[in-house]
Amino acid sequence: MNVPAHPTGGMIRHVTSGPEETEAVARALADELRPGAVIALHGQLGAGKTCFVRGLAEGLRAAGPVTSPTYTLVQEYEGSMPLYHIDLYRIRTASEALGFGLDEYMEGGGVTAIEWAERAGALLPPSTIHVRIEPGATEEERILSLTRGPPC
Amino acid sequence: MVVLGIETSCDETSVAVVVSPGPEVLSNEVYSQIAAHQPFGGVVPELAARRHVDVLPGLIGKAIHDADVGWEDLDALAVTAGPGLASSLLVGVSAAKALALRLKVPLYPVNHLEGHVCSVFLGANAPRAEEACPMLVLLVTGGHTCLIAVDCIGGYRMLGQTLDDAAGEALDKGASMLGLPYPGGPSIEKAAQGGDPSLFAFPRGRVQGSSLRHLAGMEPELCFSYSGVKTSLLYRLRDLGATPAPGQLADLAAGYQEAVFDALLLRVEAAMDRAAYASFACVGGVARNQCLRGKLLALSESRDVPLLLAQPEYCTDNAAMIAATHALRSPTLRQDTGFACDVRPVWPLGAG
Repeated sequence: MNVPAHPTGGMIRHVTSGPEETEAVARALADELRPGAVIALHGQLGAGKTCFVRGLAEGLRAAGPVTSPTYTLVQEYEGSMPLYHIDLYRIRTASEALGFGLDEYMEGGGVTAIEWAERAGALLPPSTIHVRIEPGATEEERILSLTRGPPC
Repeated sequence: MVVLGIETSCDETSVAVVVSPGPEVLSNEVYSQIAAHQPFGGVVPELAARRHVDVLPGLIGKAIHDADVGWEDLDALAVTAGPGLASSLLVGVSAAKALALRLKVPLYPVNHLEGHVCSVFLGANAPRAEEACPMLVLLVTGGHTCLIAVDCIGGYRMLGQTLDDAAGEALDKGASMLGLPYPGGPSIEKAAQGGDPSLFAFPRGRVQGSSLRHLAGMEPELCFSYSGVKTSLLYRLRDLGATPAPGQLADLAAGYQEAVFDALLLRVEAAMDRAAYASFACVGGVARNQCLRGKLLALSESRDVPLLLAQPEYCTDNAAMIAATHALRSPTLRQDTGFACDVRPVWPLGAG
């Protein structure tokens, strides 16, 4: 599978045949990330957002299983640089996200991966890489769109 | 021995006084922060820590008062050092250090998961640990879903755990997809009444694909994954098109709930196939669910292995189980850390 480097403009689209390939896209993306990178994940419940973060964690050589941070909102993993896995599922507005310190994580010198990122609104920096995960033709297939800048 | 226990690992502030032998609970004060976090719909770490600071001193005094003991009666302090939210754990550990210094009593860190395991040994009719072990424990809470082999107090082997969502979380998310209110466990149970669980098939949380690389030595047949069942519900709903009719909703809820709990039961059975246990237990907040309790009882009968369930007040987070864990340990397992006690946000059970 040809996995391009992280997008510098325009949109890159992948059709993945299952979780393995979705993780592979994320792993390849992780190789390109620098401290301060913000990955915004968009997609329904069950789309595979946590799966994508699992790939990022593997790419950043962070140990241990990546579990969902829904209850605690944030989980931190130590890898080649810190990975902050944030889930805004229970957050409704950007001011609530600010209330728990989302901005501080994004400035924390690691990679910040945010599920339900649309709820962070204007808090997301302009350099944010947006990953949209949509259902494909089969139950396993996913359509991934990667863009940098304002959400697609 | 009189032990004061402190628990602040997540969103419950709790202080208890426990005496051994027994262990007998003299007081168990629990302050739930649920209302404070409701606007956010989940636990906000900073908010939780600040609330612990506000509430903990008063609760310590109340626990001493309600237990009808004096400060001079305390022989030991036991505090949850992890796993949990770092900022929340720090509040409890700092308070425990200050007390240890002032009262000149030893301070013992306790693993929160070990506390849940020991919750089955609390209460008037609770069994003795020596009778119950070797014991298989299914620990299901809002944040944890795991299977533990307990050879003795202090002798734990993590057999399996969830690789994505906890069971309670899978229920919450499923409820959300079905348009049912939070918390999802009770609302799905209610919606499922009269539904046929066999009409819509859902996967039983089998670990497969890439997750197999993240097992850290655990067997895939003993680990949990709830991402598949969630995805499956997404597709059932898509196939149905618009909002499901009331009858369909009951069938979907029944099928989904069945899948979430069967996934737990299947792992328990797989663990029983691999080793013989004197008993098996279900602990943690989800252990209060009636549907799950029914399934566990049926399994207990068919396998002829006694089922141990913690009393409801000891299922959710509490300090009595933390103090009791220390009281139940043999002297060789007790390590007074004193002022060196530190928080361990990530602390696998059985890892020293």
